[in-house]
Amino acid sequence: MAPVVLWSDALIWLLVAAALAFAWGSRRNPLLRAAWQRVGRSRTGMASATVLLFYVCVGLLDSLHFRPRLESGETQIAASSERKPAVYAVQVLSLLDAVLSPLRTRSEKTYSEPLATRAHAKEAIELRDASGRVRQIRDYPRLQYGGAHLGADETRRDADIGERLLRALAIALLVWWALAAATATALARIEACSHVEAWRRIWCNETGFACNAVLAVIAALLLVGIALGQLAVDYHVFGTDKVGQDVLYQVLKSVRTALVIGLVTTLVMLPLAVFLGVVAGYFRGWVDDLIQYLYTTLSSIPGVLLIAAAVLMMQVVIDTHPQWFATAAERADLRLLALCFILGVTSWTGLCRLLRGETLKLRELEYIQAAQAFAVSDLRILARHILPNLMHIVIIALVMDFSSLVLAEAVLSYVGIGVDPTMISFGTMINNARLELAREPAVWWSLAAAFVFMFTLVLAANLLADAVRDAFDPRLAGAA
Amino acid sequence: MNRAPHAQEKETLLEVRDLSIAFASGRSLLMAVDRVGLHVATGETLALLGESGCGKSATALALLRLLPAAGRIVGGQVSFAGRDLLALPETEMRGVRGGGMAMIFQEPATSLNPVLTIGHQVAEVLVRHLGLAGSEARARAFELLTAVGIADAARRLDEYPFQLSGGMKQRVMIAVALAANPRLLIADEPTTALDVTMQAQILELLRRLQVERAMGMLLITHDLGVVAQLATRVGVMYAGEIVEEAPRDSFFSSPRHPYTQKLFAALPDLARRGGRLETIPGQVPPLSGMPAGCRFAARCAHAWQHCREEAPDWRLVGPAHRVRCHLVDGLAAQIGGAASPVASAPAGSSPPAPSVLSVTDLCVHFPIRRGVLQRTVGHVRAVDGVSLELARGQTLALVGESGCGKTTVGKAVLQLLPVAGGSVRLLGEELGACSRAALRQLRRRMQMIFQDPFASLNPRLAVGEIIGEGMRALGTTVDRRHEAAAIAAVLQQVGLDPAAAERYPHEFSGGQRQRIAIARALAVQPDLVICDEPTSALDVSVQAQILNLLASLQVELGLAYLFITHNFAVVDHLADLVAVMYLGRIVEQGTVDEVLRSPQHPYTWALLSAVPSLRLEEQPEFVRLPGEIPSPANPPAGCHFHPRCRQAMVTCGARYPQKTALSGTHSVSCHLYP
Repeated sequence: MAPVVLWSDALIWLLVAAALAFAWGSRRNPLLRAAWQRVGRSRTGMASATVLLFYVCVGLLDSLHFRPRLESGETQIAASSERKPAVYAVQVLSLLDAVLSPLRTRSEKTYSEPLATRAHAKEAIELRDASGRVRQIRDYPRLQYGGAHLGADETRRDADIGERLLRALAIALLVWWALAAATATALARIEACSHVEAWRRIWCNETGFACNAVLAVIAALLLVGIALGQLAVDYHVFGTDKVGQDVLYQVLKSVRTALVIGLVTTLVMLPLAVFLGVVAGYFRGWVDDLIQYLYTTLSSIPGVLLIAAAVLMMQVVIDTHPQWFATAAERADLRLLALCFILGVTSWTGLCRLLRGETLKLRELEYIQAAQAFAVSDLRILARHILPNLMHIVIIALVMDFSSLVLAEAVLSYVGIGVDPTMISFGTMINNARLELAREPAVWWSLAAAFVFMFTLVLAANLLADAVRDAFDPRLAGAA
Repeated sequence: MNRAPHAQEKETLLEVRDLSIAFASGRSLLMAVDRVGLHVATGETLALLGESGCGKSATALALLRLLPAAGRIVGGQVSFAGRDLLALPETEMRGVRGGGMAMIFQEPATSLNPVLTIGHQVAEVLVRHLGLAGSEARARAFELLTAVGIADAARRLDEYPFQLSGGMKQRVMIAVALAANPRLLIADEPTTALDVTMQAQILELLRRLQVERAMGMLLITHDLGVVAQLATRVGVMYAGEIVEEAPRDSFFSSPRHPYTQKLFAALPDLARRGGRLETIPGQVPPLSGMPAGCRFAARCAHAWQHCREEAPDWRLVGPAHRVRCHLVDGLAAQIGGAASPVASAPAGSSPPAPSVLSVTDLCVHFPIRRGVLQRTVGHVRAVDGVSLELARGQTLALVGESGCGKTTVGKAVLQLLPVAGGSVRLLGEELGACSRAALRQLRRRMQMIFQDPFASLNPRLAVGEIIGEGMRALGTTVDRRHEAAAIAAVLQQVGLDPAAAERYPHEFSGGQRQRIAIARALAVQPDLVICDEPTSALDVSVQAQILNLLASLQVELGLAYLFITHNFAVVDHLADLVAVMYLGRIVEQGTVDEVLRSPQHPYTWALLSAVPSLRLEEQPEFVRLPGEIPSPANPPAGCHFHPRCRQAMVTCGARYPQKTALSGTHSVSCHLYP
């Protein structure tokens, strides 16, 4: 197979590298380290961080792309012409696709309910009876893959599901127990106490890190994850959509889109907001007037309108230059990045205004005047005195904006100006579910699955944002 | 002053026994106030005196059961007019707050709600406690405002807090507190945020109201001058305990606890002029680490083994005078006789040193912009023609009320603000005409020490980086190793451990932070240091340490100080020359003796008379200044001071007086001295 690096992949891994570098830098700075330790002690914060980490892992798995090598039809020809260059598929797959290939490939004809063995709607089925005569009946057709291992004995389905759940529970307990024991051993070694004592400290929350919350969340994740895995092998756990694709697969693919929108957009927005805000607040005068004029104008244009116009223009450019893209995935990816860029350029005003106000306050502080009295250059004052004292606002805004951007993507895709239609995202899933809900009987599962996954992601991000704000806000953190 | 008749028939209003207050911190409780007992009778003022962090305010809030969420009353009894306050249900407690005892807070600017009218806020109390409403309440509010000395009270009723000055807001707060005729008034640092002239007015008002209404008063303060003016009895708090309790006269004539004696000795005073002030080594112990024995033992010069092992109990040492100290018997009152020998020679005898700073006709104008196009429609003349002369090794104090432009002068000298006119010459070089590069070279010759040590150090930088920044920016050191040695040297110079360079500002107390700020200024070896109220945010004992440090640095390095302050005791202690500012101009200038001993300008006279003295009999007659300091955007015609001056004449309103030289050094701008 041939690896493919999409633009968004590069940005995502760049972000991961930046986050690691920041974490390493934080370890060396005692103030930042103390703040992150406060986050580590917060139980809701660490619980939501664990959930987020799960999402991030899914997203990262989905960010390693490759084109699979096409197997030549006749092996003898392949053997005779070994020097012929390998042929790769047009389709770009990710590591996640490879892991989930059973889910990806086992498509039914159309809708089926979660865990169903038969389709959602009746169809005319041709049956050949004993006499060899073809008879037409209307019934729910049997699914091609869902519950196929049961054979004709469909009544065994409930017992089978129960059995699988029990097995999942047992495995989850076993894995979790091993993890918890390993944690306790590690703690016992670090704090030089007995194993039992370490165990007690974890559950009485007397450690410097909210271990108990993390372990509890891991237990829940393991339970749900292993149960899903056990069931997904032979069933469509969340049912299938209109074209028969597994909804669980779609939901997992949506995670990456949401993360890219949330993270890359802030990456675009942050330098603009920080630079313009700080410069406006520090230099005042005509610079301030200009920047204020810019963001006041920008924020008075209705946001959706501006984004719609930009997205439509971008779409025209992409459609008129098909030669730019080798694969459909590249085109969808560029469109996603362009959306991030447009969202970023239109949403920096809020943070910019906040930072300008804070800088106005900071520049009157005496340590800034002391630096001016030392003839320290303005840029140096900005970098050494103003920016570090704004960092808490930036971090808080970053984490809080993430969740609102994930939601914004869903709204924009619903309106039809979001990501490429071929790209799976929470927004496109909800958009498709719009008409399904109007059917009778309603097709509710695809909307419900998208809702549950997005809700968990945004809730975890919001809770983490709260914990981060509490830890970084100097007024809440107590003695500064 | 006729409190003596009351003394016989006074009835105990408030009785506090063994009150203990703790603050929850994580899983543990930290004792902030430990078994405090006090009582206040009608017509009596008990002053609780102590440094910050001693539990004074916590005690006052506990009496009203208004402690913050983390605070707990862990024991004791509070009985007020025969009722046990700690056992009252919350509904009845609301009747006691305001109705029975009322509180005045420190900061008048934040104690009034900015979106409600004055009349509304006074009437709120009347409605709640007296059931008055409508025109009745309004009439009563009018009476109250008149009683607290607000002129034109009818108009003020409909005004909002932002339309009043600080002193007036504090008067309104007092009116609100008095509205429901409380029997006990708790005043928590009522004058700390005000200027001396305002402070004198408020103290006079409180004294008058107390006599009129026979109220009991609990005064919480750190200012010995305020205590001397207002108190009948004094309780000294240290680290959550009352350590000495005495009637005022015996308190001021013979303080018995070593802590109290040190507090007196730490006050800058004329008697110890030029010498070193007594300081109390160390700091108040933290709540988490209270010593087992006497809490003051670690800082006490007389402590012996017994002090560290056993907490002392009350000893009676005079009529109603008791003290918690083990060595009461062996310790004679030392106040007054403990002055250190005068260290520096009198300023007058030294030969005239070369001038370091010379300011002529300095003007700083801030434009007032209005309208869509932000056109300049006028100027705030913050500094309007100030001339100063300062020689090497000398200290020039710039005094005046807040808003008179003192700090603006300091910043304009440093070229941190655009100068509208006049010249500033440092070591003979004209700063206004300098290029940026030349100014950079001159910046290392002058530095500034700021008022608030908590705002003047960047919390995100280590101390070493803070101090090193100036050296690096001005290029006084070459390599890193040399720089580290220089930082260590300057830290030692200000009395800090060189290891402090690795730590961050939040790990230091207020006094230590001010030392770091001084070290930062000294690191570039300046000739002129501008000190902008460097001690006003500090406690008395720490203030003494900083003043001593500044004095010894001046002797060692020959620094010139431009000392901006409103504290006359500090001026008296430290300065050689004094310039009094009013509304952007200097009204009187001379040596300390000339200006403080024989003030000539009516404004100087009024300022000096407003300073509360420790000895009541020495207090000069208070010259009351009517009105407020006018806006510098629209100063009065003629002499700026004439609308508030008792000796104003016709010419005063017509033109600004010329500067008149009274002696070689003493000059005044007033028409009384043609």
